[in-house]
Amino acid sequence: MKPIVPKKHEPVRIGYYICHCGTNIAAMVDVEAVAKYVATLPNVAVSRHYKYMCSDPGQELIQQDIREHRLNRIVVEACSPLLHEHTFRKATEAAGLNPFYCQMVNTREHNSWVHTDRAEATRKAMALAHAAIERVPHHKSLEVKKVPINPDVLIVGGGIAGIHAALTLANAGKMVYLVEREPTIGGHMAKFDKTYPTLDCAMCVLSPKMAAVGSHPNIHLWTYSEVAKVDGYVGNFQVTVRRKPRYIVEDLCTGCQECVAACVFKEPKFPDEFNLGLGKRKPVFLPFAQAIPPIVMIDPEVCLNFKRGKNPDGTHTVSDKCKKTCVQACGDRKAIDFKQTEETKNITVGTIVMATGFKIFDARRTPFFGYGIYPNVYNALEVERLINASGPTEGEIVLRNGQRPKKVAIVHCVGSRDENTNRWCSRVCCLYSLKLAHLIKEHTDAEVYNFYIDMRTPGKGMEEFYNRVAEEGMHLIRGKVADVYPDPNDGATGRVVVQAEDTLTNKILKIPVDMVVLSVGLEPHPEADNLRRLFNLSCSSEGWFLERHVKLAPVSTFTDGIFLAGCCQGPKDIPDSVAQAGAAAAEAMALIDKGHIEQEPNTAYILADECSGCKSCIPLCPYSAISFDESRQKAIINEALCKGCGTCVAACPSGSIVQNLFEDDEIFSEIEGLLAPVPA
Amino acid sequence: MTEPSKTPTTSWTPRIVAFFCNWCTYTAADLAGVSRMKHASNVRIIRLMCSGRVDPQFVLDALAKGADGVLIGGCHPNDCHYAEGNYKCLRRYELLQRMLADMGIESDRLRLEWISAAEGEKVKRVINEMVETVTRLGPLGIPQKFDAWDREMEDFAERIAAREAAAGGHAGHGTEPQTMEPAHV
Ligand SMILES: Cc1cc2nc3c(=O)[nH]c(=O)nc-3n(C[C@H](O)[C@H](O)[C@H](O)COP(=O)(O)OP(=O)(O)OC[C@H]3O[C@@H](n4cnc5c(N)ncnc54)[C@H](O)[C@@H]3O)c2cc1C
Ligand code: FES
Repeated sequence: MKPIVPKKHEPVRIGYYICHCGTNIAAMVDVEAVAKYVATLPNVAVSRHYKYMCSDPGQELIQQDIREHRLNRIVVEACSPLLHEHTFRKATEAAGLNPFYCQMVNTREHNSWVHTDRAEATRKAMALAHAAIERVPHHKSLEVKKVPINPDVLIVGGGIAGIHAALTLANAGKMVYLVEREPTIGGHMAKFDKTYPTLDCAMCVLSPKMAAVGSHPNIHLWTYSEVAKVDGYVGNFQVTVRRKPRYIVEDLCTGCQECVAACVFKEPKFPDEFNLGLGKRKPVFLPFAQAIPPIVMIDPEVCLNFKRGKNPDGTHTVSDKCKKTCVQACGDRKAIDFKQTEETKNITVGTIVMATGFKIFDARRTPFFGYGIYPNVYNALEVERLINASGPTEGEIVLRNGQRPKKVAIVHCVGSRDENTNRWCSRVCCLYSLKLAHLIKEHTDAEVYNFYIDMRTPGKGMEEFYNRVAEEGMHLIRGKVADVYPDPNDGATGRVVVQAEDTLTNKILKIPVDMVVLSVGLEPHPEADNLRRLFNLSCSSEGWFLERHVKLAPVSTFTDGIFLAGCCQGPKDIPDSVAQAGAAAAEAMALIDKGHIEQEPNTAYILADECSGCKSCIPLCPYSAISFDESRQKAIINEALCKGCGTCVAACPSGSIVQNLFEDDEIFSEIEGLLAPVPA
Repeated sequence: MTEPSKTPTTSWTPRIVAFFCNWCTYTAADLAGVSRMKHASNVRIIRLMCSGRVDPQFVLDALAKGADGVLIGGCHPNDCHYAEGNYKCLRRYELLQRMLADMGIESDRLRLEWISAAEGEKVKRVINEMVETVTRLGPLGIPQKFDAWDREMEDFAERIAAREAAAGGHAGHGTEPQTMEPAHV
């Protein structure tokens, strides 16, 4: 059915509807009075108020009126257009009218919810309505632009969230580029021994998924790589990826690690990143046994075959000073390449999933806990590695001096729920603290003291987990730790005293322990801000990527075609990260499988007759959508490139650029209506 | 404080027109709504896709039609959804402020703020501050001044005509007629 387009001289007939939104609007705005007032305004043929405009009967009301009263403009005063513009345009279209004859007025978010004086809010509702009533006569019939979508997907970050999203999409037949900054995928989860609430082994569930990513025909896995540039828009993003040199030819390395054994360094000597420096590695190394891809890398900072230090451009120079026993061991596989340089890949994708995760709070920022000062104070991630059977101590919980701790304190909420550091609750720390308490007890039979502010265990199976672990007989002390200091009675062993006030008994406790575990909170990456700019995303004030709508669009962003998964959007546990990754994959697929993107027709065009050829608009366009026709001496806008910001429109000295949906006349009449007198 | 104190002596309250970009500031105002952050009701928001769309004529038109102040909201520097529309807006804003000063309009009546989609709290603060400031400045009343200005122009025309008549109609000779193109930014 071709939409009805009113004839040029057909009189404008507006249907106006104000929604009660239950009582959300009606409690603060006298909707009846507003509807009565709007009925008196020019061109208004129908003016109604209704309980829920977005409900089926509400939409039906509009459609019936369009047919019965031959309406050719619709104004709905309700919630934010960012929420329901689509709904009412659809309703308008369903009755045969072009959807762009519909205009929404935001009287809930911008009025009833934020004001306290009913008379004033009612007057404001009238003024806002009047603005729309003045505006809609200028509306034109517009066509939604359909552009094809590139079916390939980019996933940034290969933690559990990125892995799950990648597999979901790849299994559905989509081509996925998974870009991971570190030399291996796996993220934080790969470092854990067991996971709450089930205490199942982390790698047992994770490593099959990692391996599936590594071998999937639909996944291009680019580790040790970073996104350098993103251009374009939904359906058609052009992305540049930088692949840092690992001095190993990926296709030739078989992962045999014979080079590692043959390295001139007989013993591992350098702090091992994967084990947070608790273990040692050689200059050529595999990050950890189950790393994916199972490919070694060379650290040019310590490898003898490189000159010490970086060049100013960040590269390293080969010194050729080493015997290169590794190269001999590699033999005719020839996988080692000291001359490897950074490689740049350019890809085009239609959608992007951000899954860059989090970083743990740096406990040195709260020095009274003694982290970085006393050797026996650890952060939780380090302890995860100590407990891990494939960790630096092969699962033995021993202190730096090789002793088993007999008393262990676990301090909750380090860098969480704290005005001086991070105000948010990191959501996972109470539960992983209980997990660590259980595992430490299991491995060492030590006496464990948990210091918590509030025990927060929401979620399926979590309270049960807490009860189960609590029954194992650990000390649960409700109180904030104020100080950690060396035990004056036992300085030599490195024992420390944990001082806290037990807020249930109002007693100051001073407990000597052998080991302190700081349950550090989750933080956004410090570079999240750069990433956000690169991908044109928004961040919450804390620095987490901002979702489009907390409840209704929790994995979408304000940039169409970019979705969020896992902890980059906020602290969450593994089950929630995976659920969100599945949702992000589904959202991306919903776009891809439609085959095209519908674009808001808010692009600009030039009225050639009026263009004076001054060229002021041309340098203003960030998308180079405006060019100059030398023969006619007129500017031309390429509609396919225009994104509809309207910057050129505002700058044109002869008023010869028009932006659809935001025409000058539309804005001027909106201003007029806003400022027209309203009844007292 | 939720709403700024109103001057009890008069029933006048300012009317402020706001132009907010769709991606950051408009969304922030939605967030203020969802979070029920109560604020003054004098500001009426017009949604544009980008602060770069704010034509200085919109501002002048709003003042001419009776607004006592105009608030422009856009994304923070580097955060514009369209890369740099907010810089273009800033440039125009600076020029516009100079022009308003020449017209005798207080600079506080026009305010430009960068408000991100997460800053509902800032929407509330800026609106309350702006309402307070404009309340203090009092009504701008440009529509009411048009009559006086028209009269002034008529007087002026009459005086010139009278002078020309007295000089025997030769006064205008030799000087080029001056036409002014409207100022554009
Ligand atoms: C000590 C500790 C114990 C925990 N224990 C449990 C538990 O028992 N059970 C549970 O459910 N949850 C637990 N959690 C929470 C769990 O770690 C998270 O829910 C989970 O890791 C989130 O996965 P993710 O993929 O979102 O993020 P991450 O695991 O952080 O993965 C993000 C990935 O993105 C990569 N990346 C980052 N920036 C970039 C970039 N710019 N470009 C490319 N790649 C990038 C990173 O290198 C990383 O590989 C624990 C957390 C901590 C700190
Ligand atoms: S989109 Fe917000 S200022 Fe450009």
